[in-house]
Amino acid sequence: MEFVDALTGFRVDGRRPNEVTPTFPFPTAPPRVTQSHSVLLLDFAQMRQLKGEVGVVARADGSALFEMGNTRVIAAVYGPREVQNKGQQVNSKEALVRCEYRMAEFSTGDRRRKPKGDRRSTEISLVIRQTMEASILTHLMPRSQIDIFVQVLQADGGTRSACINAATLALADAGIPMRDIVTSCSAGYLCSTPLLDLNYVEDSAGGPDVTVGILAKMDKVTLLQMDAKLPMDTFENVMELAIEGCKAIATYIRETRKINGLNMLKIASHKWITHRVKGLLVEDEWLCPVQWTGNS
Amino acid sequence: MRDLHLSLNQTQRVRLEAALHELQSLAPAAASAAAVTVADTIPVNQEDNILKGHGTSDQDGEVVATLCGVVERVNKLVYVRTLRARYKPEVGDIIVGRVIEIAPKRWRLEINFSQDAVLMLSSMNLPDGIQRRRTAVDELNMRSIFEENDVICAEVRGFQHDGSLHLQARSEKYGKLERGQLLTVPPYLVKRKKQHFHHLAQYDVDLILGCNGFIWVGEHVVVGEKTKTTEYQQKSSDDAENFTPLETRKHICRLANAVRVLSALGFTLTVELIIETAEASVSSNVEVNNMLGAEFYVQTAEREAKRRADLLRKKNGAR
Repeated sequence: MEFVDALTGFRVDGRRPNEVTPTFPFPTAPPRVTQSHSVLLLDFAQMRQLKGEVGVVARADGSALFEMGNTRVIAAVYGPREVQNKGQQVNSKEALVRCEYRMAEFSTGDRRRKPKGDRRSTEISLVIRQTMEASILTHLMPRSQIDIFVQVLQADGGTRSACINAATLALADAGIPMRDIVTSCSAGYLCSTPLLDLNYVEDSAGGPDVTVGILAKMDKVTLLQMDAKLPMDTFENVMELAIEGCKAIATYIRETRKINGLNMLKIASHKWITHRVKGLLVEDEWLCPVQWTGNS
Repeated sequence: MRDLHLSLNQTQRVRLEAALHELQSLAPAAASAAAVTVADTIPVNQEDNILKGHGTSDQDGEVVATLCGVVERVNKLVYVRTLRARYKPEVGDIIVGRVIEIAPKRWRLEINFSQDAVLMLSSMNLPDGIQRRRTAVDELNMRSIFEENDVICAEVRGFQHDGSLHLQARSEKYGKLERGQLLTVPPYLVKRKKQHFHHLAQYDVDLILGCNGFIWVGEHVVVGEKTKTTEYQQKSSDDAENFTPLETRKHICRLANAVRVLSALGFTLTVELIIETAEASVSSNVEVNNMLGAEFYVQTAEREAKRRADLLRKKNGAR
């Protein structure tokens, strides 16, 4: 099958494989805020459309819905809370991170009951847990546990990347301290072209598929998976492309969080910050303007 | 705002959006500069050696946020205060919690913290009010004081050496809360004040704004008579006498719904605001059960926007 059109260079779903830059950058003006939550949409030539939404599960401490094209994932974070099973606690000075990955029965083309502890989901649970644990500052929450539940609502390739991105957004929403934003993106190599963010059709073509997770700001890799063989120089190109994608997602996630936090802040704030200026206690009528002394 | 899942009609949606937009525009521009997300660099002046507080870390000489929230600066200290997160106890906070377990000589309480709080039998006033050593008999009778699922009010005593959080209830005003409603709101909406217990005499209702975001709305209890009522209940007699009047129950529901509306909209909860909202529902003839309908949400948002605009105008006029 032709995964990259020889004539036009378009991919199966109409994406162009050769552009790494986004088709349009972030709008300079803040995007319009909908009534209940702010939802940003972003289009890249290479990547599928991204959509992130926080606060989708009412009872959870933090929750997020993340979409990469047709892949749609929901994540809920509970905690930090008391350790439920004391036997699992290895080190009482650090928080215990647990993760559960599930695919909804209706998420794939053929509806089939998915057993809870099958090998695939156990493996992905472990991968997500390890990736998130690398960024969570567990030593700040002793004697507690953090539960991350991710469920795939619609699977169209790159579910583990989408799960990691959703989990990051949910953890940030829950106010859990993290070293950095973890984002993940996959890339493949088909028809001698490196392709970013494979969809289900491209994924099932059987070519190499590299999933990369990075700490966006620190530029560190926390996850790297590949189940096929690839020449070294090609691999470097593919990985480069995946990292590029991760960074684009990181920008997107940061923007989503910022708008959400700002809305909450502006609505709640009314005469609630006391701040000290040169030893005098000043009760500010409004949110205190932060006095920048440095160059902002 | 996030818990708001309403079915609004077109007009209501426009009105709510306008009100929320106004609220956002009323907030000072500095708010946007103070908001940070994970991995944002916090601009600081390197010359005045600053202290890095909670929610910050050092990366290649830069101060980087590890939380999403607001940057606060107190003299040299720079820290990030989170908005939506679990409760972070401070010594002396008044909290409301629910008993989840009775362990030897202690109760374990759920208080929306990252671990369960501990209330020792020894840091608790005995029902007979006598100061004495707690005996084994007292320990066996712990269930007569608090049972599982009881809602109680206490004060944060501090962290023990092993990192557990201890509470105390050494006053008449602390103890079991009965005949009322417990509401949970995000803790950032409750600000630490001098007064957390409020007796709303006009409604005959007690309102406790727990620092942990647990809010109690219940029938007024006269301090000092508490011991008497517990005795009554043990005998399980005089049910009619202990009956909460219908009027009071309605007031409790009205105030509780006011808290629900305000917290869903994301307004900082103060007694004044809660009373004002409840009063407004009375004056605009909104029934208790209709308070959680879309219309009242929109009205509340509009009223708050107007109130803040007036305040700002007054403040600017005074200058």
